Amino acid sequence: MRPHVTLLDEALLARITGEAITLLGETGARVQAPAAQALLADHGATVADGIARFPEPMLRAALATAPPRFHLYDRAGAPAVEYGGERSHFDPGSSCVNVLDPDTRAQRPAMAADLVRLVQVAEGLPAYAAQSTAMVCDEIPQEIADLYRLFLVLWYSGKPVVTGAFSAGTTRAMLALLEAECGGAAALRARPRAVFDVCPVPPLLWSDYAGESLILLARAGVPAEIVSVPLAGATAPVTLAGAVVQHTAECLAGLAIHQHAAPGAPVVWGGAPAIFDMRTGNAPMGAIETAMLNAACSQVGRSFGLPTHGYLCGSDAKVVDAQAGLETGMAALTGVLAGISMISGAGMLDFLACHSAEKLVLDAEAIAFAQRFGRGIEARGESLALAMFARTGRSGEFLKLKETRNLFREEQYLPSPVIDRASLRGWQDAGALDAFARARARADQLVAEYRRPALAPEREAAMLTLMRAEAARVGLTTLPGT
Amino acid sequence: MHEELFAAMRQSVIDGDPDEVRVLAQRALALGIDPLEAINRGFVPGVTHVGEQFGLGEMFLPDLVLGGEAMKAAVAVLEPELARRGAQRESLGTVVLGTVRGDIHEIGKTLVQTMLSASGFQVHDLGVDVPVERFVGAVRELKPHVVGMSALLTTTMPGQRLVIEALEREGLRQQVKVIVGGAPVSQGWATEIGADGYGEDAMRAVTLVKALLGREAPAA
Repeated sequence: MRPHVTLLDEALLARITGEAITLLGETGARVQAPAAQALLADHGATVADGIARFPEPMLRAALATAPPRFHLYDRAGAPAVEYGGERSHFDPGSSCVNVLDPDTRAQRPAMAADLVRLVQVAEGLPAYAAQSTAMVCDEIPQEIADLYRLFLVLWYSGKPVVTGAFSAGTTRAMLALLEAECGGAAALRARPRAVFDVCPVPPLLWSDYAGESLILLARAGVPAEIVSVPLAGATAPVTLAGAVVQHTAECLAGLAIHQHAAPGAPVVWGGAPAIFDMRTGNAPMGAIETAMLNAACSQVGRSFGLPTHGYLCGSDAKVVDAQAGLETGMAALTGVLAGISMISGAGMLDFLACHSAEKLVLDAEAIAFAQRFGRGIEARGESLALAMFARTGRSGEFLKLKETRNLFREEQYLPSPVIDRASLRGWQDAGALDAFARARARADQLVAEYRRPALAPEREAAMLTLMRAEAARVGLTTLPGT
Repeated sequence: MHEELFAAMRQSVIDGDPDEVRVLAQRALALGIDPLEAINRGFVPGVTHVGEQFGLGEMFLPDLVLGGEAMKAAVAVLEPELARRGAQRESLGTVVLGTVRGDIHEIGKTLVQTMLSASGFQVHDLGVDVPVERFVGAVRELKPHVVGMSALLTTTMPGQRLVIEALEREGLRQQVKVIVGGAPVSQGWATEIGADGYGEDAMRAVTLVKALLGREAPAA
């Protein structure tokens, strides 16, 4: 059996769904995009003064057409991430503005070179099934900041990408870039490399650009990840169950827009729910209640038969310290046990404002631990222990058994040298390095070993042509980071 | 005189109970108590207490917000009588607040608005997604002592710089103090874009504005 955590019993799950449907039917959601309003009205919603009220049948219809699973593809066109399968996948957190400088261990604005280093590190870490458009690069004009980070990630990575646009206009440009990279719109639809996060604004608002983006993505056949972000106690009810109701309602409203634009288009029941810290007014991503919210929101999505996403493994610590480790480790385990398809957030510090490649390296170990836990305990062979005891008796010489040599790699996760399991003397002889220093060494090693995945010259040329035109439009004469 | 009533007023703000606040304010009017005295000796000490306790970590954001709302309820009851007497609550200064263009986050900005109002400032809240021109127009027309800009998104933070640049272009920068806030905003950012100050939270925003304007808290 695979171990699993559920926080909502059947009765509570039914109440959450019921209240969310009631909320959308009575209070309704604000939907700003005229195209989304028209679409909803055409399919049974009542739209007045920018508020859409959704009858239950139209929500059920959207749930019925949303596919239960789909794949993201790597650069070579092979399926690399299964959304909606058994396995939880992880990607780095996205859109921070600062990096933790590995030399000074202080935060500074993120530059294109920092994003490139992070992508190269993530590329070499199997814990990350996908990359993310992790940083907003300081030297890139705001108008193309979202497009540019996707360009750098596509340029340096062969893995699928979790991304998102800051406006409907750049959603189009980002889709064009993905088409250039994979050989056209049909190829992108058939083997999407990226999933786009699209966020409603809490409570119950689908903004102009978010509504338009959902429609654009649905019609392009590029997966959309609906990332509802209720803050329990501030922009959502303070109770965890109440915040899950709001998350459910916001996702259902987005799903209705998306599926009625293009029934069957790939979509994810995503989220970045968090509690609201009543002392500081921050949204602690490392709080245990934040992890609980993610697990519960994902459970609701799974109950509808949808692929899910959550935002975990970011820490609120300012440096890569014990707090960062404990928050990340607990969240990774929660995410895997909750069966969330894609878990974003690793590598991040300071309420998702700061990335650290060194934390990303350490988090890969936390993720591997959690994945190992998620595989559970298996029975191998006809006897569990008797056959081995038949050969060793009471001698304790299990190291001599072939089974030991053959099975230990399946039973045990072998951590990288980032995890210290040496003797005290061994640790001292290796330089007495703390976890950050060990992670720094591993990150540097991964960068040194990195080789850029090949891309057909004509596709590279198409990407460069598009990016040079976009860069020139905003006054950039070079493409930083390339 | 009326010490018991003033103590009850203070407590009603601490409790964040607008119904009780209104009852007590009405009682003050019925007793012929100077509304300014009721505000400054009755209700303001409640806000001050909540602010102090918040600073000590003993009270929390819901206490601040409910206390601020209670204070507003008190002023709403007492203001007509103040006006009738030709008096007005001494304003510590005028502040224009808004969340910058492209950003519709409201909580932080509204907290600052609540606490500044409760502390005796006259606050004009421009709302969210406020274009540069509206900030500039409000500075030109309302002549505030302070303009405050909130941004919760890393992608909208640059809007704070744009407003400062526009104020400079229009020759208005010298007549107003500029403060910035929001989750991704820091003192470093404030310094970089030429703002006059940055407050980590709503209470520190009040302290900051008082310091920038050289104001003392109203007499309790």
